[in-house]
Amino acid sequence: MSHVAVVVFPGSNCEYDAAHAVSALGGTSDFVWHTETDLSGYDAIVLPGGFAHGDYLRPGAIARFSPVMEEVGQRAEAGVPVLGICNGFQVLTEAGLLPGALQKNRGLTFLCQPSRLAVRSVRSVLTRGARVGQELDIPINHFSGAYTCDDETLAELHAHDQVVVTYTQNPNGSRDDIAGVSNRAGNVVGLMPHPERAMSALLGSEDGRVLFASFLGLSVAA
Amino acid sequence: MKFSVLVEVTLRSGIADPEGATIERALPALGFTGISSVRAGKAFRFDIDAANADVARDQALSLADRLLSNPVIEDATASVEPVS
Repeated sequence: MSHVAVVVFPGSNCEYDAAHAVSALGGTSDFVWHTETDLSGYDAIVLPGGFAHGDYLRPGAIARFSPVMEEVGQRAEAGVPVLGICNGFQVLTEAGLLPGALQKNRGLTFLCQPSRLAVRSVRSVLTRGARVGQELDIPINHFSGAYTCDDETLAELHAHDQVVVTYTQNPNGSRDDIAGVSNRAGNVVGLMPHPERAMSALLGSEDGRVLFASFLGLSVAA
Repeated sequence: MKFSVLVEVTLRSGIADPEGATIERALPALGFTGISSVRAGKAFRFDIDAANADVARDQALSLADRLLSNPVIEDATASVEPVS
C-alpha cells in the first residue's frame, strides 16, 4: 500500500483532508515540512491546497523556492506520482513541473462551489482508473484558478494528451475549460478542484475516490 | 554605486487581465472618458549596489525573471536611476 508524503508549507491548510483521503483508501501518509530535502521513503507526493507562504507575490511564487521543491522535482523526474491540488497546482506551475499558469478568475470572484468535471485523459496517475468522458462532482475553492498558457503550449497539451480534466461549465475563465493538466509523462498532475473534499456521499460527493484510488495505484471499477 | 530600481510587472499582451478590465469598466461612472487599454500590474522598488546602470538593470531584470514575475504570463521592465 502506498506511503504518501503530504508536503506542508507555511500556510498550507488542506493537508489533513489530503491525508484523510489517502487513509480512507487504506494508504498511509506523513506530513513533510517544506524544509525537508529527502522524500526517498515515499511512493507518492501530494502538494495540498492552501496559501503557501501567504501567496505573497503570486500563488506558488515563493513556495517554489522552498528546500523541498528541488527534491519534489527530482522525484518527479524519477517517475514518482506527484499531485498538486489547488495551491499545490499553482506551486507546480511556478516550479516549472507543469506547463502554463493560474491567473485570477474571470470576474475577479472567489469561487467556493461544487463543480462538475469531465475526465479527458486516463493516461495520468490521477485518472488511470477512470474512464474518458466520465463526469465527476468535485468542489472548487479558489481565486486564482483560471488556467492559462500560450497557443503553442495549449497545442502541445492536446497533442500529448496532457489535459486531464475539464469543467463541463467553465466557472473561472480557464482556457479550453481546463481544470487539471499533467506533465508529458503523466506522473505529475495538478488540478484546481479538490478531490480530497469529495470522499464521502454523506458530505456531497464521493467522486474524488476514483482519483485518489488511481493516484495510489489501486484498481477501482470506474 | 547605488541605484534606485523600479521594476514593473504586467500581464503579457494577449493574456486576459480581469483586474484591468474591471477598472476600465468603472471609469465612465466616475466621469472619466476616453481611457482605454487599462492594464493592472505590480511595481517593486529597491536599491542595488552595482558598478554601473547597465549592470544594475541586468540584475533587476534577472531578479524579475526568476522571482518577481511569472514569464509564462507576465512581462517585466526595469528603470534604474543613480541614488545621489
